[in-house]
Amino acid sequence: MARLTFMGGIHTYEGKELSKDKPTTVLLPKGDLVFPLSQHIGAPAKPLVSKGDVVSVGQMIAEADGYISSNIISSVSGTVKAIERRLTATGKMEESIVITNDNEYKKIEGYGQSRDYTKMSKEKIREAVKDAGIVGLGGAGFPTHVKLTPKDDSKIDYVIVNGAECEPYLTYDYRLMLEEPQMVIEGLKIILQLFDNAKGIIGIEDNKPDVIEKFKELTAADSKIEVQALKTKYPQGGERQLVYVTTGRKLNSKKLPADVGCIVNNVATVAAIYKAVAKSTPLTNRIVTISGDAVAEPQNFNVPFGMSFSEIAQAAGGFKAQPKKLVFGGPMMGHAMYSYDVPVTKTANSLLGFVKDESAVEESPCIQCGRCYFKCPLNLLPMKLQLMGLNNEDEKFLQLGGMECCGCGCCSFICPANRSLTQTIVQTKQRIIEKRNEEHELHELHKEHAAK
Amino acid sequence: MSDLYNVSAAPHTRSPIKTNSIMQDVIIALIPASLFGIFNFGLRALLVILVTVLSCVVTEHVYCKLMKIKSNPWDYSDVLTGLLLALNLPVGIPYWMAILGGIFAILIVKMLFGGLGQNFMNPALAARVFLFISFPGRMASFLLDKVSSPAVTDFLRDGALVLDGVSGATPLGQLKAGETVDLLKMFVGHIGGTIGETSALALLIGAAYLFYRKVITPIIPFSYILSFAVFALLFGGHGFDMNYLLGQVLGGGLILGAFFMATDYVTSPITPKGQIIFGVFLGIMTGVFRIIGSSVEGVSFAILLGNLLVPLIDMFTRPRAFGKERVKDVK
Repeated sequence: MARLTFMGGIHTYEGKELSKDKPTTVLLPKGDLVFPLSQHIGAPAKPLVSKGDVVSVGQMIAEADGYISSNIISSVSGTVKAIERRLTATGKMEESIVITNDNEYKKIEGYGQSRDYTKMSKEKIREAVKDAGIVGLGGAGFPTHVKLTPKDDSKIDYVIVNGAECEPYLTYDYRLMLEEPQMVIEGLKIILQLFDNAKGIIGIEDNKPDVIEKFKELTAADSKIEVQALKTKYPQGGERQLVYVTTGRKLNSKKLPADVGCIVNNVATVAAIYKAVAKSTPLTNRIVTISGDAVAEPQNFNVPFGMSFSEIAQAAGGFKAQPKKLVFGGPMMGHAMYSYDVPVTKTANSLLGFVKDESAVEESPCIQCGRCYFKCPLNLLPMKLQLMGLNNEDEKFLQLGGMECCGCGCCSFICPANRSLTQTIVQTKQRIIEKRNEEHELHELHKEHAAK
Repeated sequence: MSDLYNVSAAPHTRSPIKTNSIMQDVIIALIPASLFGIFNFGLRALLVILVTVLSCVVTEHVYCKLMKIKSNPWDYSDVLTGLLLALNLPVGIPYWMAILGGIFAILIVKMLFGGLGQNFMNPALAARVFLFISFPGRMASFLLDKVSSPAVTDFLRDGALVLDGVSGATPLGQLKAGETVDLLKMFVGHIGGTIGETSALALLIGAAYLFYRKVITPIIPFSYILSFAVFALLFGGHGFDMNYLLGQVLGGGLILGAFFMATDYVTSPITPKGQIIFGVFLGIMTGVFRIIGSSVEGVSFAILLGNLLVPLIDMFTRPRAFGKERVKDVK
């Protein structure tokens, strides 16, 4: 029996009731579509089209540049208007392909053709996943074909499907699991086909009992797939927590799930794999949630990539009250933004509007209550790490395991003194990584110079 | 500028529990003990509490004003320190002495070391010990009965007051002399002692509230009391004598110290492992002071000593990150 909970973690106001019972509706874009070349971890994709080109639905408009990168697929048919820098949901300006929609939705040849995946070879499946431009849709955006290609296929014991959806307010995974459970299960079967010795685990938080029941029913006949009800606690859907809870195996920041025989994918990613492999449909759309107390009608939409969030907000009735804060992603790990005229991408999956900014509070002195430590899912001492980060004591920061921080936000959430714990620790981590990279580059330059 | 949105790094949501709500909870938890103290020792106890609290609050605000520190006036930590100190004072204490104690706690122990969260000792306890060492006679004269005239004019004629009450041996004194004690009386708190330490019942009600509100965990108080009881069992010279053991546990401010002083966040270790070490250390030291030595201030001295060891304990009980095999030591 696996452990169904992990150390630390927090219980927040869930806010899922705002949008969880709203069925997903398909929303078609009105304006131009914007496809940033970098919407995944790894190198930005290389554009294959130029201004004035005519494209169709499902056409690859930018190609993966290197192994850890991903293709970008057009979600509409129309004309390439420009390739220019556009604002994205993370606040960065990214080189993007802008397409004017002709509203005809002409598809490329072979789009949507059914394939019998049980007769496909492993290479074929991996190729289909790569071609479809699939990356982790849980928010991180790691290219899925890389994840599905570990060093040794036979050493993978578990393929874990992440249906925890532990971030407050978000309901897109819930709706997907409720509306298209078969797609998730078939997708898991496709992944299992790649790994001969693996068992499938679908982990779902127990605040979604209807989904758990449905999945148990649908997988009852399959001895290779197990559905696990997980305790509702943030960050249950964090990769390291999920692997530990479902299999009892521990990961640190330097290890990948594959190092302990696990492959973890979000439910939306698994459904995308199914569509790509069995239906020849590349990744062109996703379910997004728009919610928060400032939004008139919180709900879930199925939208094409590239569509502007401002159109989505409009479709949800706009804002019933002036929002003070806009967040892309969940309230625990999402990005706050100053504009919502940004495109839906593989990693920008929700828009939350809040009337009040809870985090706009003043810091007071640390009273050493230890709550941050008790809530840290990685057993770190956030209050000490914050001090070391503020004092630039990198050496001590490293020794206290600061690089292990996953940025889940539990410490900042719980801190009674409103201290910016997560914020400082994550920033310090980035600074140290940048410093290392610089030193590495300098070292390389020296070597080059010496060689001359 | 109403359509400007706030931008900040994640997370964007916060727990409703704040420093002041925690301090409020501890103050609420001390109300039963304070009320019992007033019931037991008369209205003068209330005046001692008010004077001490006021002294702490005024000291903190004046210091912040003079030093131009942006004070955080409503975090209630100064009120809490004042209340704790008052509960640690005998009812017959002259008011000027209580005020001095409040100033010492806030100014010397807390503010000069950096204010909230930076004090290396529990301010209230340090002030109690400071007063005890400076004025041993006054601090150790525990009244048994109600003080007859709790008028405000006492402020002017403080010295005469102690004579009004009847002082006598505390239960711990009786135990030391080999007598038996009335355990029920001790549990309810109708005994001599400082204002807030006598009633184990009232203190335990407050402690239960703190557990319920998850302000403190039972680790420190339980490991403290348990290890002290074991020490008393082994070295008390009475063997397994329930009257002696329970008398030792209920007497001398151990309950107040274990649940409300030793659990002070700032001056106790962070990890559960460190907290057990801390609790056991306090238990042994209290035993040493009380049973082997003859100090009535066993609990205070033990906790203050323990406070000084906290950085060391924290260093040796540093937690290991999840999934990590081992972490190199940090100085």
